[in-house]
Amino acid sequence: MNTIVCVKQVPDPEIPPAKFKIDPETKKVIPPAGVPPVISVYDERAVEAACRLKDKHKGKITVISMGSGKASDVIKHTISMGADEGFLLEDQAFENLDSFGTAYVLAKAIQKIGGYDLVLCGRQAADWGAGQVGSILAEILGIPVVTLACDIQAADKKFRVKRTVKDGFEVLEAPMPSLVTVSSEIGLPRLPGGVGLMLARKKQIPVWKAQDIGAEASQLDKANAHTEITGLSVPTRKTECEMVTGGTPGEAGVNLAEKISKLI
Amino acid sequence: MGSHKGVLVCGEIAEGKLSPITIELLGAGRKLASELDEDLSTLLMGSKAGGLGQDAIAYGADKVYVAEDSLLDDYNSDAYTRVAADLCQKVLPSIMLLGHTDVGCDLAPRLNGRLGGGLAMDCLAISIDPATKLLVSTRPVFGGNAHATMVSKSARPQMATLRLKVVPPAERNDSRQGQVIPFEGKVDPSAVKVKVVDRIKEEVEGVKLEDAEVVVSGGRGIGNAQNFGMLRELANILGGAVGATRPACDEGWAPTRLQVGQSGKVVSPKLYVAVALSGAMSHIAGCLGSKVIVAINKDKEANIFNVAHFGIVGDYKEVLPALTAKLKELKSK
Ligand SMILES: Cc1cc2nc3c(=O)[nH]c(=O)nc-3n(C[C@@H](O)[C@H](O)[C@H](O)COP(=O)(O)OP(=O)(O)OC[C@H]3O[C@@H](n4cnc5c(N)ncnc54)[C@H](O)[C@@H]3O)c2cc1C
Ligand SMILES: Cc1cc2nc3c(=O)[nH]c(=O)nc-3n(C[C@H](O)[C@H](O)[C@H](O)COP(=O)(O)OP(=O)(O)OC[C@H]3O[C@@H](n4cnc5c(N)ncnc54)[C@H](O)[C@@H]3O)c2cc1C
Repeated sequence: MNTIVCVKQVPDPEIPPAKFKIDPETKKVIPPAGVPPVISVYDERAVEAACRLKDKHKGKITVISMGSGKASDVIKHTISMGADEGFLLEDQAFENLDSFGTAYVLAKAIQKIGGYDLVLCGRQAADWGAGQVGSILAEILGIPVVTLACDIQAADKKFRVKRTVKDGFEVLEAPMPSLVTVSSEIGLPRLPGGVGLMLARKKQIPVWKAQDIGAEASQLDKANAHTEITGLSVPTRKTECEMVTGGTPGEAGVNLAEKISKLI
Repeated sequence: MGSHKGVLVCGEIAEGKLSPITIELLGAGRKLASELDEDLSTLLMGSKAGGLGQDAIAYGADKVYVAEDSLLDDYNSDAYTRVAADLCQKVLPSIMLLGHTDVGCDLAPRLNGRLGGGLAMDCLAISIDPATKLLVSTRPVFGGNAHATMVSKSARPQMATLRLKVVPPAERNDSRQGQVIPFEGKVDPSAVKVKVVDRIKEEVEGVKLEDAEVVVSGGRGIGNAQNFGMLRELANILGGAVGATRPACDEGWAPTRLQVGQSGKVVSPKLYVAVALSGAMSHIAGCLGSKVIVAINKDKEANIFNVAHFGIVGDYKEVLPALTAKLKELKSK
């Protein structure tokens, strides 16, 4: 089983809202000092899904990430989890691409790697959260897609994918190769072990530029972007919160009961 | 691009009727179409779609395309994408709207990938820019910590999925006139590469989370599965349902279908009790429609106090038993 996983590096999504700042001009997050970027949550679960398949069926996990040099940190993280190889897609022409541009670059890299049975993406990036790169990528690659997976099994050259829907699950059968987007319901990602950490430290992460993957300039031209972000703002929400107190926490609870019992 | 015209709503049918989001989309779509002075059309798929054509017209559609095929009765990604893409290539809509639902979340990005349009997902608002006549979509980014506005200058269709309940439903007017047009885009079964082999409906005991008038939600601070029982007890007394944050679901303390938030359920109860959860925007996105929000958290700086109406700073293990007991007493009176 050969799996390619697309992972993105994002500003830490757990920055508390009070400390969350953006620069509307450059459209960048200004992270609080000392808070490093992380692997996008769902992408880490996608790597977990790939590792589970590898545990059962052997094979190879290749990870790709489009981003700046620091994104090799997230690739190394996936290697510590069990991925075998990773490539960083870094080029000035790749910066701030829209979802189509992003999917195009990923598709070019995947076509260069070749020989895959499965491509995995997260359901949504934890930063811009466009929620569409995986599906566009599948259309470009011309392979079927299953979204929001919470379990992936492989047998008889087919995948059996359980996906979450509002009031339950669907079980789908998809051919190989397919693309699957992974949701958090798949479960928590494994913690890297000592051996994994050592392998990751030693691993070289090759960098591919536009010309290395044969990406055409016209496809990366911002003038051809499908979507353009015209504004970015932080909504201010402030409700007057009445703090309910009491001599003890229990008393506060009793006082709160008096207030809310009138509401329902 | 010049030849793309009109607004197309991708409708959904639930239990033989137009689903609530479809009626909201028809309302929003009607507004956009009127501002552009163009037509509003809708696509309905499934063997009984034709019977709902007049309903869609009453809710504002000028044209209703019906693709009647039993292969379309239940959602299948390959089949729906094929039919919707074929229709779009035929009628060339300038704008296409879908619901941010199970169907829309899967169909919209794929359709966009196939058509080469420009898509904004999970929109909180959509409007027409008076100067450029472009669709302007507002959507949450960075887990709801910020909002972005987006346009598609030249890619068509301009697509958006709309979050539930951000616009009022269209008003019904049975005297409206319109056309129901059969769409003969038969699905070729060989185009269906991914097959649905099973649908598992999870039975919910008690009140359904989305319908509950009271929701008691717990977060990472609850600490273990057993203590979620305290939330259930409070919910039971109030005739409500239990909800949870993603970390609480991740830990297995609550089933994943109880996750409230941007990537879970959206609830709008009369009372939302948030216990030992910090109030991340991506969680809040699922409960902002609540009438009254009550927060119990030991950290007075927690963001949840910025959206709550009543709050207690304290350890929930001490607050909840007293709160529950007192409410029980008051309710029994
Ligand atoms: C300065 C700036 C300007 C921008 N301007 C625009 C603009 O004009 N128009 C616009 O549409 N967007 C713009 N963006 C946002 C854009 O770059 C998004 O990142 C892009 O649209 C992809 O969406 P997403 O990252 O939300 O991916 P999603 O569709 O939410 O991602 C789904 C999955 O795709 C995979 N994936 C996504 N990105 C990568 C990656 N880089 N490497 C590997 N895998 C990946 C992951 O598996 C991920 O889970 C801008 C961003 C910046 C910082
Ligand atoms: C794209 C994206 C989508 C997401 N979608 C969702 C979603 O749909 N739903 C969701 O919930 N999250 C979602 N998240 C995750 C979200 O960002 C937060 O990580 C999550 O909501 C935090 O959960 P929490 O409040 O339970 O945990 P924490 O943030 O860890 O908060 C725990 C709180 O408990 C309090 N506490 C601890 N002990 C006690 C005690 N004894 N008594 C009282 N208080 C106590 C602490 O003070 C703290 O405030 C999403 C994230 C991303 C990036």
